[in-house]
Amino acid sequence: MNAEAAVLALAQVVAMVSLSPLLVGMMRQVRARLEGRAGAGALQPWRDLRKLLAKETLQAAGTSWVSVAGPTVLIVSSLLVCAMTPLLGTVTFTSVPDDLFVVVSVLLIGTVAVALVGLDAGTAFGGMGSSRHMTIAALVEPTVLVSVYALSIPVGSSVLSQIVAARLDDPASVASPVSLLALLALAVAVVAETGRLPVDNPNTHLELTMVHEAMVLESSGRDLAWLELGSWLRLGALLGLLSTLLMPWGIATELSAGGLLLASGALVAKIAITGALLAGVEVFLAKLRLFRIPELLAGSFVLAFLAVTASYLVVQA
Amino acid sequence: MSAVELGLEAQLVLAVVAAIVATWAPPRLRSTLAGVVSAAVGLTGAVTGVLVLAGSRGRIEVPTSLPLGDVGLDPSPLGGFFMVVAGAVGAVAAVYAIGYAEGPAASRAAWASLPVFLAAMQLVPAAADAVSFLLLWELMALASTSLVLTDHRDRAEVRQAALWYAALTQLSFVLLLLGFAVLVVDAGGVGFDLIGSIDPGSTSASVAFVLLVAGFATKAGIVPVHVWLPRAHPAAPSHVSAVMSAAMVKMGVYGALLVCLRLLPAGPAWWGLLLLAFGAVSAVYGILQASVTSDLKRLLAYSTTENVGLMFLALGTALLLRSVGVGGPADSAVAACLLLVASHAAFKCTLFLAAGSVLHGSGERDLDRMGGLGARMPVTALAFGVGALGAAALPVTAGFMAEWALLQSLIHGARPEDRLVAVAMPVAVAVVALTAGLALLTFVKAYGIAFLARPRSEGAAAAHEDGAWTMRPAMLVSAAAVLALGLVPGLAAEAVTRAGGVAGVGRVGGAGLELSGVGAQLDPIALSVMAALLAVPVLFVSRAAARRRPRRQVELAWGCGGVRVSPRMQYTATSYAEPLARVFDDALRPERDIEVTHTSESRYLVERVAFRQRLDDVVEERSYRPVVRLADRVGLAARRLQNGSIHRYLGYSFVALVAVLVLVAL
Repeated sequence: MNAEAAVLALAQVVAMVSLSPLLVGMMRQVRARLEGRAGAGALQPWRDLRKLLAKETLQAAGTSWVSVAGPTVLIVSSLLVCAMTPLLGTVTFTSVPDDLFVVVSVLLIGTVAVALVGLDAGTAFGGMGSSRHMTIAALVEPTVLVSVYALSIPVGSSVLSQIVAARLDDPASVASPVSLLALLALAVAVVAETGRLPVDNPNTHLELTMVHEAMVLESSGRDLAWLELGSWLRLGALLGLLSTLLMPWGIATELSAGGLLLASGALVAKIAITGALLAGVEVFLAKLRLFRIPELLAGSFVLAFLAVTASYLVVQA
Repeated sequence: MSAVELGLEAQLVLAVVAAIVATWAPPRLRSTLAGVVSAAVGLTGAVTGVLVLAGSRGRIEVPTSLPLGDVGLDPSPLGGFFMVVAGAVGAVAAVYAIGYAEGPAASRAAWASLPVFLAAMQLVPAAADAVSFLLLWELMALASTSLVLTDHRDRAEVRQAALWYAALTQLSFVLLLLGFAVLVVDAGGVGFDLIGSIDPGSTSASVAFVLLVAGFATKAGIVPVHVWLPRAHPAAPSHVSAVMSAAMVKMGVYGALLVCLRLLPAGPAWWGLLLLAFGAVSAVYGILQASVTSDLKRLLAYSTTENVGLMFLALGTALLLRSVGVGGPADSAVAACLLLVASHAAFKCTLFLAAGSVLHGSGERDLDRMGGLGARMPVTALAFGVGALGAAALPVTAGFMAEWALLQSLIHGARPEDRLVAVAMPVAVAVVALTAGLALLTFVKAYGIAFLARPRSEGAAAAHEDGAWTMRPAMLVSAAAVLALGLVPGLAAEAVTRAGGVAGVGRVGGAGLELSGVGAQLDPIALSVMAALLAVPVLFVSRAAARRRPRRQVELAWGCGGVRVSPRMQYTATSYAEPLARVFDDALRPERDIEVTHTSESRYLVERVAFRQRLDDVVEERSYRPVVRLADRVGLAARRLQNGSIHRYLGYSFVALVAVLVLVAL
């Protein structure tokens, strides 16, 4: 079990590292085309990474070890999330199961690392981004956990691979009101967590509206490369998780070369669809005012809570 | 004489010795000698607790000249668990104090009170009957009040804080006295074993439950009786705040556990719901206040209210689930409560000691005036960082394992057929999630603003790690405990099983935690190994890139082209929490004052903007102020009765005499 889980985790990490820059490139390309621009092509994020890794890394005087270690902590936490989320298969370690509480906490380590990087240089924009980022992260938390609670009730476990496996066994449960409400709530949480529109605009050039971008303003070279790749991996893993919960088909329940290949193909298709959909929706959205975001998150929390209520009704019926 | 009996007596003897040493030793040696003996008091307590947890028992009777009889000490495993927590915190704080204490904190009174406080606190969980419990409880309260008063000569706010603390701690005592009185009348004796045989379904049991829990909640700092915490912690010297927050407040939790698990087990469902509701409110309110405050010690005090709230929430969940017959998750909830106790003791002790070191080194308590302390006080920064990770419940720290266990029991406690549980559990999950999120923000703020970036005041710029050697090891040992409890929680499983009298908590893998009652397990070491393995390729690529183009230091941060003029342009703790204060405007009710001065030439040009923000505790404003005002008014009115005129006093005597005669005649 554990050896298989290790192989699967490795496969997931490799798959996500190669796929998530492409996913981001594809999403940018979709937006560009829909907005009538030519776009840089789906491979541009990869080229950016190569360029950043080759560039000189600058560090301002007075910054601490946090500026150096923070980017590494973010990328390791993102890699760990990729390894621990059932993206290709539902085989998991016995003593470190892909428990959603653990996955969320590992994700939060990355969140904290970036927030501290933002504060470290002592500039006004870094602090601003960090403050907004943490406020949003704090308010997203209840939505995430309550929607997980809703998803876990029918299965009796918060272990993701068990939830996915149960959905695979009973495909009708995917379309149940419980599942749809919970996934909708989770989707809003993912959008907020990964800094997409309407919560944060990843393409903005106006510092006053930045959230994520403001925190990485002071980083350069490989630090910036890790920060970028880390946040892309988060986006990839969370979209992958969302689409796996919505469309569990194709995921490997046992480990085999054929199964992994099939699952990889399915994963590419799934995140391509969700990514394109997200990018398409983003074209029609404007960024929300910062103080309207809590309303959006409160709305998603209500959805999650409704999902819990619905789960009681469904079970009792 | 068994080892436990020896340990109990040794604590008493050592406390007396320490008090004598503190009184008679020459000032030069006082801190060292009294500190060493006080640390021995704590250490003895911890060892005795471990022995009790390992299964030994022992009973001693301390003869007193009181009419109520002897003081009986006979620690149960639950008491042993709290003895370990209190003793360990006490020992670390006493060692820290050797270097930290100066001025009034190194006076005779302060050094003599500390060991008495420690011994009383460690023996409270050993008490075998209601009378001994109350005696030790009161001794603990008195000794801690005297410690809060340490700085009373130099700071007026200390006198105020001590008054608030004394008033509420006596309120707690009175409530406990009444509660135990009801139980003792019912049981016909004062022994805890005798009280344990009362039927918890009776009305008098419910009355006693409410009185006792209210008394213990006051000590534990549950909203709305938390108001002493944010006053007393900043007022007391830091090692005393550490002991009060990390250990003494836990005695309130011990009391609640004592009532719910030993004295009145299997109570009705509403008891659990009551605890859960107060716990939930305290958790959210505490962390909300902590997230917007910028006084470091006040922030830590409010965070204590949050954590104690979570403990009450866990205990309430356990009672609620037991009352509907859900055994497994209920046991996990008790285990979660105990894990929360141990983890909070570890990280809060670390944080208060580090805050004391910051205060010592920079003279600042206000986060808005700190900054850049990481480079100036590296050991303090390390300890505070680890403590903050624990307080934010991030893996792999003690706080994370405890919250994980709590969430597992909440998720598996779902019972759609019981409406009460069906509503309570998801609300509890949401509360835990919100507190976890806000705790994250609070401690990123505390660490980031204090230790990173550039100094915001001269004190912070001139800060230095203190020369006193005992402070650093004490902070580091405490920080190591935060990590140890998070990495090898399985080792604490046995202790938790015995202390809570629960089943289904075990060890898995190396030293991971298994909650077999809810079918969940987690091995933090394996998680860390996975992270380390994934870090290898990243570090490899970084090294390769660094060899080609090494990191270069530049003079100025970019700041989007803005030249860094003044450190005042940085975000401060207040501005960091501003978005949150706006989101929770209705709950926090901040008072903002913005003054804009225009230049004389044009009213469209601004010369100066002054911003002032005041955040008062809403609960205090709304519920305590009116009571205090009323008491003041009654006091003023009563003053007229006694105006010093002898004629009036003779008149009073005459009226009294007549009244007595009339009464007798009737």
